[in-house]
Amino acid sequence: MEGLKIVFEGNNFLRLLSGLWVTIRIALISIGFSLILGSLLGAAMRMKSKAVRAVCRAYLEIVRIMPQLVWLFIVFFGIVRTLGINLSGETSAIIVFTIWGTAEMGDLIRGGFESVPVHQYESSTSLGLTKFQAYIYVIFPQAIRLLIPNIINLSTRMIKTTALVSLIGVTEVLKVGKQIIDANRFEAPNAALWVYGTIFVMYFAVCFPLSMLSTAIEKKQKKLSA
Amino acid sequence: MAETIIEVKNLHKQFGDNVILKDISISVEKGEVIVLIGPSGCGKSTFLRCLNGLEPIQGGSVTLHGEPVLYGKKSLTKIRQHIGMVFQSYDLFPHMTIAQNIALAPLKVQKRDKKEVEEETLKLLDRVGLAGKADSYPNELSGGQKQRAAIVRSLIIHPDIILLDEITAALDPEMVHEVLKVVLDLAKSGTTMMIVTHEMAFAKAVADRVIFLDGGEIVEEGTPDEFFDAPKTERAKQFLKTFTYSD
Repeated sequence: MEGLKIVFEGNNFLRLLSGLWVTIRIALISIGFSLILGSLLGAAMRMKSKAVRAVCRAYLEIVRIMPQLVWLFIVFFGIVRTLGINLSGETSAIIVFTIWGTAEMGDLIRGGFESVPVHQYESSTSLGLTKFQAYIYVIFPQAIRLLIPNIINLSTRMIKTTALVSLIGVTEVLKVGKQIIDANRFEAPNAALWVYGTIFVMYFAVCFPLSMLSTAIEKKQKKLSA
Repeated sequence: MAETIIEVKNLHKQFGDNVILKDISISVEKGEVIVLIGPSGCGKSTFLRCLNGLEPIQGGSVTLHGEPVLYGKKSLTKIRQHIGMVFQSYDLFPHMTIAQNIALAPLKVQKRDKKEVEEETLKLLDRVGLAGKADSYPNELSGGQKQRAAIVRSLIIHPDIILLDEITAALDPEMVHEVLKVVLDLAKSGTTMMIVTHEMAFAKAVADRVIFLDGGEIVEEGTPDEFFDAPKTERAKQFLKTFTYSD
């Protein structure tokens, strides 16, 4: 049981919590940027110009094909060092997660708008609504309802994937855990189980409510669109 | 002299090289009910869509009270407040209650008084037999009820003409009647309408004038009695024959 003791020894638990905060901070900032840029990308993907659509498509595919870890290494070790710009690991992480999040978010948003039938637009403009009014009162509200569960799911995926940033030296929750385990290697050889177990519970505590929320919205959604 | 609501002159419409409507001229007088019939794909629905600018036209003109209906132009928003349209698939907005669906255009487009709109909404819902459904969502209603609500949604803007595009085609047979009764009632009260339908008995009962379209052109035009009892053209005779099962 000395493993469990280690978790709460000194300020260890507080350190884990502050590591968790780093995780959440990176995720939240990236999700925020991804929402804004993703909306723009989503709008661009619906444009009539074939060239614009092709560029968006290429961006989406390139970002999706490469593992996020490779992106992290490219930005943190590659670009930053080559160009001589000194970016912290956390900033690099936010850049990478925003690049990835924008691609995924953009595709979600495009799909959300495409799933609103064209008839909805026609019948609103037939009532004399302007294009802008049709979007505000009819198209957006329906697209958003479809989008919210998907956006929440993507957000939980992004939170979980931030675990990778410990590999570019960011002291997030996983890294703190490893430090605690290393420091107590001899006193508590089984600390790994307890420390990582605690981190598991922490991730769960953050992601589970989100996942519940998304399920609840989806259920309500189904009721309305039947 | 009757007042002309819509005037169509030499309308020509094509999708790519495919000619859909050629040289169509029709004028609709106030209070008139015109029924467009014809085989599937003859361009009836496309014609209705051209009348309120949902489709661009390649030749001729459509005017409402002398104002040109121009596809994609800003003036269209104003003109559409005088043209009601009801579609086959009702197209109520699923995220709004029936009352909200109906009140959207009067409140946001016509900027009318909220209380007055509410009162009229309830009055019209009552008229079409939907009293008590104001706060329901579209998915809680049957197809026939949805279509009646959609009719109310177009009535409340007080249009000069209502275009009905195969409004019973997606309904179960037992619901067709309740919707058509509403339309008959509107016709009796002097509402100007242009109706595309496949319900021949209804067409006969409601129409002042029947226009038979085939292959993108007007083949025959006349009163319902003339058209249904003594069609002049061979194509109309052939078409009407497909609705009878005795030889």
